Amino acid sequence: MAVQNFEQIFQQKIDDDIRIEPKDWMPEKYRQTLIRQISQHAHSEIVGMLPEGSWISRAPSLKRKQILVAKVQDEAGHGLYLYSAAETLGISRDEMIEQLHSGKAKYSSIFNYPTITWADMGAIGWLVDGAAIMNQVPLCRASYGPYSRAMIRVCKEESFHQRQGFEALLVLSKGTAEQKAMVQDAIDRWWWPSIMMFGPHDAESSNSESSMKWKIKRFSNDELRQRFVDMIAEQVKLLGMTLPDPDLKWNEDTKHYDFGKINWEEFWNVVSGNGPCNKQRLDTRKKAWEEGVWVREAAAAHAEKRKQRVVVKEGIAA
Amino acid sequence: MSTNQLFLYTLHLADNALIIGQRNSEWTGHGPILEQDIAITNIALDHLGQARNFYQYAATLYNDFSEADKQAVDKYLPRIWKTFNRELQEDDLAFLRDEHQYLNLLITELPKGDWGFSVLRQFFFSAFQFYHYQKLQQSSDVQLAAIAEKSIKETAYHLRWSGEWVIRLGDGTGVSAQRIKKALEGLWMFTGEMFVATAYEEINVASLKDAWLQKVQAVFGEALLELPKNAWAQSGGKEGKHTEHLGFLLAEMQYLQRTYPNAIW
Repeated sequence: MAVQNFEQIFQQKIDDDIRIEPKDWMPEKYRQTLIRQISQHAHSEIVGMLPEGSWISRAPSLKRKQILVAKVQDEAGHGLYLYSAAETLGISRDEMIEQLHSGKAKYSSIFNYPTITWADMGAIGWLVDGAAIMNQVPLCRASYGPYSRAMIRVCKEESFHQRQGFEALLVLSKGTAEQKAMVQDAIDRWWWPSIMMFGPHDAESSNSESSMKWKIKRFSNDELRQRFVDMIAEQVKLLGMTLPDPDLKWNEDTKHYDFGKINWEEFWNVVSGNGPCNKQRLDTRKKAWEEGVWVREAAAAHAEKRKQRVVVKEGIAA
Repeated sequence: MSTNQLFLYTLHLADNALIIGQRNSEWTGHGPILEQDIAITNIALDHLGQARNFYQYAATLYNDFSEADKQAVDKYLPRIWKTFNRELQEDDLAFLRDEHQYLNLLITELPKGDWGFSVLRQFFFSAFQFYHYQKLQQSSDVQLAAIAEKSIKETAYHLRWSGEWVIRLGDGTGVSAQRIKKALEGLWMFTGEMFVATAYEEINVASLKDAWLQKVQAVFGEALLELPKNAWAQSGGKEGKHTEHLGFLLAEMQYLQRTYPNAIW
């Protein structure tokens, strides 16, 4: 069969909402797009453990410590499912990690911002995980089977994270004057980076068109961003706080919130390495990886020795 | 056992779990292998859960105490909490006591070191905790028995996991064997304290030593490790005399509660 026919069959499956599975034929660009997107998501989970992880030792109560540790652990689990999903496309986890460390692969820029106060733990859960869910829920229906199945598990846990983040802020917002100030300050710092998480405007988004055609993506960046703004603009009222955008207001005609101009210069700078923590995050990951070399080598050597011993024993038995 | 001894014993059990949990949670996000990052974080979570059960029980015991019993344990209670004029809660015990009021084993507070140090510490501690909880399940105190029964399943897993890692590193490569030997040199003198009895322990901890040693020898046999000859043991943690490390751990862990006393989080 000519490649063109394979492509027709492939696109027909997509159009009929039939999942593509690892052994199915797929266009090389589809495979590459998925590897890029899934590994980037996996890396975001792993790097995303760091800004929150740095508050584990300082969490203000035993209950909060437990919730935070469990949450960061969930992120490691998400990284694991996603690396496994990407591996079905013919790339190994080690190769992906190498790409992260060399800077070839990206991760979500949001994690290049610092976590300065305890309220940042709540703000990350509410805003960052909230934005992530907006992006991720449609991915549960993505055309590639292993990815969509991984995303179903991820989304279940993420929505729990978002609720606990909001709840943590709600408690602080009813607390002392210092705690309230902490919440407002965290919202002020995390709001704009959160809405940047949806990526560039549709007109400037380079990967969007083919991803929509292949049903890897089902809604545009701007559509999802608008949904998020509409949701958060209401929720922030429950906290008695405000969003740092003087242009934010309800628009009776569109039935949506209008909002101010996004600082894309900041966005592209953080993406390209100029964020406050880009170097720190990557260095921390590399350090963990390098310090683990001897452990991974020992585990492999021991497993090999065990295998040899079994062979010898079986040899004796025979 | 008198009620105030029971209170101190419960605090000791809680402090052990919290401090080793705090140490292991330092690995979260920094583990050598993603699966093992998750595993050690799981162990940290188990210990945090155990600590909470013990602290909550200790707080309940105290709140129900007679004035005389309250006086008897007064020096273990946080000074700042006394200004709050409210009942004692789990977080007061965890976040407001000073170093000398903490009753954990010294081995739990040592810095996490490398992966070899952390897994060997976990193995020594989990083996001890396993035999300890086994006895505690028969405690005359119903609540302690119930917590032990719930926790021992977790501890059995910690023991298996850490024992497997000790074997893996001891039998792995030349480098890993050297590293685990170095960890053993650093840790051995902190193991003896586990079996030194105090007035507040219901279980005769000295009687656990044989089973513990047998377990250690079995794993060391596979890990190609030898038991050190040095018999000198550091002790004092169970009486509130600690290493230099605990102060730093508490300063970090307690900072928010101390900066904003009696706030709700």
